Amino acid sequence: MLSYALRRIAGVFPTMFIIITISFFVIRMAPGGPFDDEQTLPPEIKANLEAAYGLDKPLTEQYWRYLAGLAEGDFGPSFKFKDFTVTELIAQGLPVSLLLGLFAILLAVLIGVPLGTLAALRQNSAVDYGIMGVAVIGIALPSFVIGPLFALIFGLYLRWFPVAGWESGDLSYLVLPVVTLALPVIAYIARLTRGSLLEVLRTNFVRTARAKGLSERQVIVRHALRPALLPVVSYLGPATAFVITGSLVVETVFGLPGSGRYLVQGAINRDYTLVMGMIVVYGGLTLLLNLISDLLYGWLDPRVRYD
Amino acid sequence: MAGSTRGCVMTETPVRGFWGDAWRRLRQNRAAMAASVVIVLISLLAFFGPAFSPHPYDAIDWDYMAVPPGGGNDHWLGTDRLGRDLYVRTLHGVQISLQIGLLATVVSLIIGVLWGATAGYLGGRIDGAMMRVVDIMYALPYIFIVIILSTLFDRGNIYVLFLAIGAVGWLTMARIVRGQTLSLKRKEFIEAALASGVGTWGILLRHIVPNVIGPVIIYATLTIPQMILFESFLSFLGLGVQEPQASLGSLINEGAQEMESAVWMLIVPAGFLVTLLTCFNFLGDGLRDALDPRDR
Repeated sequence: MLSYALRRIAGVFPTMFIIITISFFVIRMAPGGPFDDEQTLPPEIKANLEAAYGLDKPLTEQYWRYLAGLAEGDFGPSFKFKDFTVTELIAQGLPVSLLLGLFAILLAVLIGVPLGTLAALRQNSAVDYGIMGVAVIGIALPSFVIGPLFALIFGLYLRWFPVAGWESGDLSYLVLPVVTLALPVIAYIARLTRGSLLEVLRTNFVRTARAKGLSERQVIVRHALRPALLPVVSYLGPATAFVITGSLVVETVFGLPGSGRYLVQGAINRDYTLVMGMIVVYGGLTLLLNLISDLLYGWLDPRVRYD
Repeated sequence: MAGSTRGCVMTETPVRGFWGDAWRRLRQNRAAMAASVVIVLISLLAFFGPAFSPHPYDAIDWDYMAVPPGGGNDHWLGTDRLGRDLYVRTLHGVQISLQIGLLATVVSLIIGVLWGATAGYLGGRIDGAMMRVVDIMYALPYIFIVIILSTLFDRGNIYVLFLAIGAVGWLTMARIVRGQTLSLKRKEFIEAALASGVGTWGILLRHIVPNVIGPVIIYATLTIPQMILFESFLSFLGLGVQEPQASLGSLINEGAQEMESAVWMLIVPAGFLVTLLTCFNFLGDGLRDALDPRDR
C-alpha cells in the first residue's frame, strides 16, 4: 500500500509537467496576441509592450523562464488586468471557488447516498422509479439551464435567496449556486449508490449477516453500505473535475467573484499567463483530488492488491 | 454481416441473430422508443420548420421587439430584445447544436475506435504509451482542453470548433474499444486470420473493429448529448457560436440575461435543449439494455 501510494504521488509530477508544457505551446500557437485588439497600437509601442513582457524572446526561452517562475510560485503578470499578477488575481478568487466546490460535493454526498440507498431498499417501487426518474433528468440538465431557472424561481419569484452577487460572510448568496452545482452530482451519486447497493445486497456475506439475526438496519449500515460506497468514492475524483467545470458557468450565472471566470476571460482576451495560471491551479487541484480518491479507495477496499 | 461472428455460435435461435434480438429488445423499451420518436420529430422540425415562418433567423423586426409568445402576430414563440423571431432562431440553434453534436461524435468515434483498437491489438510498449496519452488527457477536465483549443481558432468558426470538441471526446471510446480488443485478440478467428496471412491493418479493420461495434454504438448515442452539451456550454460562455448565428447555448445565455422581463427567451431554448438531452440519454440507456443484456 505504502509503495503504491508513493508511486501514485510521484506519478502526479510528470503528468503535471506534461500538461503545463502542452498547454503552454498550444496557447502560443493561437493566432493573435494579448495586445492585438487595443485599438491598433503603433507598432513601436506594441514592440515595447511585448519586450516588457518578454514576448519578443524565442518561444523556448519564454518557456524556460515560465517554468523557472513557476518553481518559485510566480505565475507572471496578467496581460489584461494591468498592475495585477496572475497570482494575485487567482488568490482573490480561489477561496470563493473552493468554498463553492467544497459545499457542492459535501451536499451531493450527504443527499445522493441516502437517496440511492432508499431507492435500492425499495427496488422497483414507486419511490425507486421516482428517485431514478428525477436522477435521469438531473443528469441531463446542464448547470447553465438549472442556474438561471433557479435564479428565476427562488430568487426572482419566491425571493427566498438573493438572485446573484456576493457579500463576504453571507452564506445565503451561496445557496443557489451550491445547489445548482450539486444537483447533477447528487443524481449521479444516487444512481451509483443504488446500483452497487443492489449488487452487494445479493452477496453471501449480507445473507450471513441476516442469517445471524442482525436487524435490517445493522445489515445495511454496518455491512452492506461500506462496500457499496466504493464506486462513489472513486467517482469523487471525476466529480471534482465536473464541479470545477460547472463552477465556470455557475460563477457567471450568479455573479460570484470566483476564479473560474478568469479562465474564460483569459481565453477570450488571449491573456496567456492568466490562462496558464488557471490551468496549473485547476489542473493541479483535479490531479490532487483524483489522487486522494484513488488512495482512499485502496484504503477502504481490502480486496485491492498492489504489486 | 458485422456482428455475425459474435452472436450466432452461442444462441439457440439462429434465425434471429444478434442484431435482430437487440432490435426486438429495443422496441419493447417504451421510454427509448418514445425518446427516439421525439428526437426524429425535433430534428425534422429543426431542418424544415424555419421554412414555414416568414422570418429569417437574423432579421430584425422593428415593430415587434421582445414580444411574448402567442401575441396574435406571426412570431409564434415571440421575439428577442432585437426583434428577431425566436421560433426561427431556436430552430436554427437546434440545427447547429444537432450538427455539431453529430459531427463531433463521428470525429471522436473514428479517433477513439482506431486508437483503442490499435493500442489493444499491438499491446506492449505501444499500448502503454498510447494509453498514457489518454490518461494524461483524462487528468484534465475536458473543458480545459476545449477552451485551450478554442483559443487556437478564430472565434465563430464552428466547424473547427466541433473538430476540436470531437478531438477531445474520444478518450472514453478509446478505453472501451481497447478493453474489448484485448479480449478479442486471443479468439480463434483472429488466429485463423493471422494464419491465412492477413496483415495487421487488415485484422484491425476487418476483424477487430466490426466486432466492437455494439459497445461503440451504445457509447456513441451517449456521446451525442455530451457533445451537444459541450457546444452549448462553450456558446453559453461566449467561446462558441457567435452572433448573428445562434446555438442553444448562446440563446440560453441571452435568455438568462433577459429573464426578468422576457422569461420566454430563456424557457424556449432551455426547453428544447433539455428535451433533446433527456431523449438522447433515454435512447442511450435503452440501447445499452438492448445490446448488452448482461447489464440489466
